[in-house]
Amino acid sequence: MGTIIRFLFFGVIARFVALFVLGLNVRHRERLPKGGPCIVIANHNSHLDTITLMTLLPLKLLPRVHPVAAADYFLRNRLLAWFALKVIGIVPINRQRTRPDEELLKPVRDSIARGDVLIFFPEGSRGQPEELTEFKNGIARLAEQFPAVPVVPIFMHGLGKALPKGEAILVPFFIDVFVGEPLTGGTDRESFMRSLRTRMDALAAEGHFPPWT
Amino acid sequence: MRFDAQPAVLYVFGSLFVLLVVASSITWLLRRSRPDKDYTELTQRVNSWWIMIAIFAFAIVVNVNVAIGFFAVLSFLALKEYLSLIPTRRADRRVLFWCYLAIPVQFWWVHERWYHMFIIWVPVWMFLLISIRMVVIGETKDFLRAIGTLQWGMLTMIFSVSHLAYLLVLPESKGAIGAGPGLVLFIVMLTQLNDVAQYVWGKTLGRHKVSPTVSPKKTAEGLLGGVLTTTALSLLAAPLLTPLTHWAAVAVGLITGLGGFLGDITISAVKRDLGVKDSGALIPGHGGILDRIDSLTFTAPLFFHFMKYFYY
Repeated sequence: MGTIIRFLFFGVIARFVALFVLGLNVRHRERLPKGGPCIVIANHNSHLDTITLMTLLPLKLLPRVHPVAAADYFLRNRLLAWFALKVIGIVPINRQRTRPDEELLKPVRDSIARGDVLIFFPEGSRGQPEELTEFKNGIARLAEQFPAVPVVPIFMHGLGKALPKGEAILVPFFIDVFVGEPLTGGTDRESFMRSLRTRMDALAAEGHFPPWT
Repeated sequence: MRFDAQPAVLYVFGSLFVLLVVASSITWLLRRSRPDKDYTELTQRVNSWWIMIAIFAFAIVVNVNVAIGFFAVLSFLALKEYLSLIPTRRADRRVLFWCYLAIPVQFWWVHERWYHMFIIWVPVWMFLLISIRMVVIGETKDFLRAIGTLQWGMLTMIFSVSHLAYLLVLPESKGAIGAGPGLVLFIVMLTQLNDVAQYVWGKTLGRHKVSPTVSPKKTAEGLLGGVLTTTALSLLAAPLLTPLTHWAAVAVGLITGLGGFLGDITISAVKRDLGVKDSGALIPGHGGILDRIDSLTFTAPLFFHFMKYFYY
């Protein structure tokens, strides 16, 4: 049942919203992952980010695709939890440790080990519309533990205008999506984070974005 | 399903598809005979024409409501492209939403054949409503720029485009031929072929720049050749699709040739101001929706009011 609803949601509703109501200009589509295991990372400004990223990938990959999302936010009530887990298919993680020895990223590691395509927002939360905040280094630790798994950076512009944090009305805008070259992690977390950030900034610089003040 | 299209509309679409076959064959021959040259853009252009003409033909031929819906969607895509391109203020998010809402209302007046509301909805009611909505929000920084760009956008992307839809529902003409699909096909075909003709004449004979600051590639030779070609086409197609007399067809050809050019360079001026080459990337080989309908935003109201004044 959940699987059918998930396919209908992403096959029909999400694609209608992403491709018709919004509309995507995708640059370097050929760099998108063809299968798992893989980590897709993107800037985060809107609830529509996940939906947009998931419509970029072919529908036949859907059973493998899982966004990593905050448990405290998405599991806060039963209805939302059902929607987040069964329809969106999130891998829930806690943002704060409840026990000192808790491994926050364990569910994510299990998912990568299963060969999934994970969607990961290193900024941690949606923040201010169309502003890129500092990346958290959880992604560097994952990349260190899975040095063979490609990390694909994607920069998106426009979703923070279409549906920013705290707004309920969707205002249509064309969305620019820039897919970056995949990179892989090593033992040096700091240099990984630097190259990730550089790659993201380079993708952002490819676009021409009108002022939104 | 009721078939509204006059046989002439089908014949003309038929000949457009013949034209496409010719264009595709030429591109294919070019690619084969000169493999060293890159014909990607030309191929994309022709392929996009196939898709655009197929969608347009379907919308026009099936029935009048599908056609009205088609133009409403066209209007939505154009407005979305415009609003994504221009600077906007965060405070105006709700105002932009109202601009979008004006589209279904405007095309509803067309569906109801309510000419009075059709002709005043955007220039009077939306003009007032948007102003009111914006002063209620109360952000004065860049107020004039914001209200100016939004009002111009609504007039161009909603009001102008909706004239194509109203052509579909004009009452029976005083002449023998009914209104509807024939008129829409006539003006859309004439405008698009005018674009192509101006481009081709400009490429082959163009010497003198006609608009050096706005669109440096446009030439007087291209403009003149385009206007004359369009006038000839108008004379040829008018008896099939419209109630126009010979002299009126000449007038419409001249108006369309010149109006198409002016609409084209108006959008060019906007793009130049914004610092972009194409308005979008929706149509491979062409750019965005606005790159394709720029001329129509002028020729549609011009042709509509010409017809309304003299024939309906």
